[in-house]
Formats: sequence, structure tokens, C-alpha cells
Amino acid sequence: MTPFDAATPDGYLLVLALVVPMAGLLAAFALGGRHAERVALLALPIGFAVAVAIAAVVWRRGDALVYTLGGWAPPLGVALRADGISVALLLTTAIVIGTAALFAHAEFRTAPGQPEARAPLVFWTFLLAVWAALNAVFLGADLFNLFVALELLTFGAVPLVCLDGSAATLQAALRYLLFALLGSVLYLLGAGLLYGAYGTLDIALLAERVHAGPAAWAAAALMTAGLLAKTALFPLHLWLPQAHAGAPAAASAVLSALVVKAPFFIVVRLWFDALPALRTPAAMQTLAALGAAAILFGSVLALRQARLKLLVAYSTVAQIGYLFLMFPLVGPTPLGSAAWTGGILQAVSHALAKAAMFLSAGLIAKALGHDRVAGLAGIGRVLPMTLFAFGLSGFSLMGLPPSGGFFAKWRLLRAAIEGGQWWWALVIVAGGLFTGGYVFRVLAPALGGTDEPLTPCASVSRSREALVLALALLSIAIGLLPLASFGLLQIGRAS
Amino acid sequence: MNPATIFGLCAAVLVGLGLFGVIVQPQPLRKLLAFNVLGGGVFLLFGIVARRGEAAGFGADPVPQAMVITGLVVAFAATALAVALLRRLFDETSRATLRPDDDGADS
Repeated sequence: MTPFDAATPDGYLLVLALVVPMAGLLAAFALGGRHAERVALLALPIGFAVAVAIAAVVWRRGDALVYTLGGWAPPLGVALRADGISVALLLTTAIVIGTAALFAHAEFRTAPGQPEARAPLVFWTFLLAVWAALNAVFLGADLFNLFVALELLTFGAVPLVCLDGSAATLQAALRYLLFALLGSVLYLLGAGLLYGAYGTLDIALLAERVHAGPAAWAAAALMTAGLLAKTALFPLHLWLPQAHAGAPAAASAVLSALVVKAPFFIVVRLWFDALPALRTPAAMQTLAALGAAAILFGSVLALRQARLKLLVAYSTVAQIGYLFLMFPLVGPTPLGSAAWTGGILQAVSHALAKAAMFLSAGLIAKALGHDRVAGLAGIGRVLPMTLFAFGLSGFSLMGLPPSGGFFAKWRLLRAAIEGGQWWWALVIVAGGLFTGGYVFRVLAPALGGTDEPLTPCASVSRSREALVLALALLSIAIGLLPLASFGLLQIGRAS
Repeated sequence: MNPATIFGLCAAVLVGLGLFGVIVQPQPLRKLLAFNVLGGGVFLLFGIVARRGEAAGFGADPVPQAMVITGLVVAFAATALAVALLRRLFDETSRATLRPDDDGADS
């Protein structure tokens, strides 16, 4: 990362990535009711096109895209910056939110003549809010700006948790909000200490000025603890399963695939870009140890869940752990950059696979009228396409070739073994076995037959099944373009 | 002991009290109040940082002050959202606690 990033041509694209969903959010809220859905469905393709355009420009330039707001350069002004990893997550976000919106169209549609209801309005406006906040996180180049983006994300995500307004989801939303608030205030405290010690919060400038000292260490510890509470890394994951399992399927997919990735992304920015001077082996091993604990703990709990959506939510707890294994493995060597690619690829492939998994769990629950794992027998006959999608996304989470999850975990595994940190390799392999276990727990009864044929209590449209399958196929296909993504993810990095 | 140190210690005490409350208090409303105490400590810290940055004819560094204003708005909005959720929860269940629900699925 070069200091004093000057604004680049085409930098206005970064502004568009924030303005499109934000304008959609305001328009949807102002027009209200039945228009919210139309505004959202209009904003989605435009935002997707903007994300693709940013990716194309960054790819062509081979360097980060920068925009300084109002023409004021840091440290006085605030910059937006898109490098390789921003682009990867911007595209993933656009794809997952787009699919979730098309999926939710059947549930949250206000047909002509039908009275307007609260839930559709909330869903469409807050979907756009979450999208705007995610883009702001991925493009932020200033730690305070990232704080504001994180808060927007929390305020967008909490109402999605309690869309149905039942007591259980209200409790889940409140618990999520309290965890998130504690996280953000700790993050803000850390940011205050950094500003007091170094006089800037611009990431590139901080990287130059920060040296290991009590203020920097205290700030890094506070900010990391706050972010871990928001990303639900063990042992701060307590809020996640109830919150993600209680939301409607489309909202669960967005929450579990994308929303928890944003704080993780800031942890990456913090340790690799803003505070490289603090990247001591002890600190990195601690982060990875928490990740390893999350993998084992989350997987075991996923194996024990009686309800499908809770099983998928605990699987998220486990898969977030994998993301943190990249911290001790990344370095300036080719092996280190393979670990970097593996970590980011894990974030992307988990997002696609987990969204597909939550959406297929939603369809299964709709067809059965319940989502008890014990009562899944025969569903494979009724919803073959959905179950196939569930299996494919399970393959990606397990890390079977040639899925995206395989290439992510393979790179981390290789970096661990060849880098002499074999203990992380054990965790990766054990996690894969556990994942295989809980996916099998769902697939085995679902593919089995029943004595009397299962009669679904609600019909599921083919187009929704096809959407879920497309997303699952994408989580496999992402593994087939490893070399292309390898170059992209390194763009804009110093080493 | 100069004023900055005294205020800095005050901020540390507020942060400590707030953090203790957020973690130890079981009721959500008390947690929320403790969060606001904690926030008060953080904002006081920003005030001290601003004060220490006085230079070039300014009485204080305006950047941390701008951050405090943003932080206050965010904390206010967050508190309002939490209170709204809490009231709705009370309307639904006539109690306002975060007791784990008895659905048996969570272990």
C-alpha cells in the first residue's frame, strides 16, 4: 500500500458503489409500501454493474482504485480505496444480495390490490441498507470511516433478524445488538487511542507511523476484541446461532454469508494494512488459536443440533474459524501469499456456499412445514434440486475438490505444513471431517425413502430451486478459476 | 497532575465501570445503561485527545471533536433502537430479559 494515495481516474465508480444502494434505500423508504420492492429490484442490477465495472478497472490497472472525497487528500480528507480483496468481496456481495432478493421476491411481494404490510417494506429497505454498509466497509480506507460503516451494517442487520416479530427473534435481535454495540464501542476506544498517539486514522498513513508500543498494542487489542464480537468468533459467538436461524431464509443467507465477513475484513485491514508493525508471531498465533477453537467447537455443536437452520448457523461459527487461520500463515514468501489467497477465497466461497445452504434449508422448511433434522426422510424425492444444492454447498464447506472451499483450504493446509506450523493442518483436516459429519447427518435421511410417500405441505416453485442451485454451483465453480483470482487478490498489496 | 491526566483517569474509570456493567448485569436495560456509561468514557477520551492537539491557533484539534459528534449520534441511534426492541419484547412477553429460550435446540 503506497502512502498518500492520489485519486485515480474512474474513482467516481467507488462513489457510485455507495450511492446506488443508499439512494435506493432512501427512495424505497420515501415511496414506501409496494414501491420498495420495485426500487430494490431496480437498484440491484445497477449496483451489480458498478461492482463489475470496479473489478474490470482494478484488474486492467493492476493497481488499487482510489477516490478522495471532496478532493481532500488524507490526513485531512477521507479516501475510498478498492484493491484486489475489496473487489473480490464487492462482487461476492452483489451476487449474494442479488440472489437473495430474487429468492425473497416470492415471499415479500406486494401483489396489486393486496394491502401493504410491514415485513416487505422492512426487508427491501434494510436489504439495501446492508448492501450499502457492506460496500462502505470494503471500500473504506480510514479507520473511523470503517467504524461508521460497521454501525450502519449493525443497524441494517438487526431488523432483518426480527422480521417476523416473534418473541424469540426479538430476543435474538436484542442479544445481537448488545454484542454489536459492545464491539463497536471497544473499536471506537481503540481508534481514539490510535488517533491520540499517531494523529491520523488513514490506514496507509498509520502503517508508516505506527511502531510497537503500549498505545498501539492497547488499541490493537481493543479494536480486535470489538471486531471479533461482531464477526462472532469463538468465544464471542453466542449471539449468532439464534439470530441467524430465526430470520427468514433470504435474510439468514445475507446475514450468515456477508454480514459476519465485514468485521473479519476490517480485522484483516487492521493487522495487515494499518498495523503491520504489530504482526508478531504471538499475536497471530492467538488469533489462529481462537479460529481453531471455533472450528472444533462450532462443528461439534452443529453435529448436535436438532433443527436444520440451527445446524447451518453453527456451521457458520465453525467456518468463520477457518478465516482466522490465515493470520499466522500469511507472509512475504510465495507460500505466504498462497495463504493470503486461501483466506480470502475461503471468505468468498463460504459466502456463496452458506447462502445456498440457508436458502435450500428455507425451501426444505417451507415444503415440510418444519425443519427438524429427524423429520427429513423422503425430502430428496420432493425437492431433488434443492437437496442437490444443499449437498454441493456442503461439499464446498467440507473442502472436497474441485470446489472453492477445497482450493481455499488446500492453500491454507499447504502453507501450514510447508511453513512448519503443522498443528494448524491438523485443525483444518479435523474441521473437514466434522463438516462431512454434519452434512451427512442431513443428506443421509433426506435421500432415504419412507414407507408412505411424503406429501409436502406447501409447493415450492422451480425457479426458486434453480436460483439456489445456481448459487451452489457458483460456490463449486469459484474453485475452477484459482489462477485468475490469485493475481487479482494481490493487487494493491505492498508485499 | 495536569487536567489532561485527571480527565484521562476519569475516562478510564468510566470505561471500566461501563465494561463491568455490560458484562455482569443480566438485564438488557442495565446493559444498555452501562453501554452508555462506557460510551461516555470513550467520548471523554476523544475530548482529551482533541485538547492535547491544540496548535496552529486552534484551541483544540477539531478532528476528534468531529468524531465525537458522529460517535454521539451513533450511540444515540443505537440506544433508541435497543430501547425500541426492548419495549417490543416487553409487549410480546411482558418481561424484558434475555433468558435463553426453552426450545431445547441450543445447548
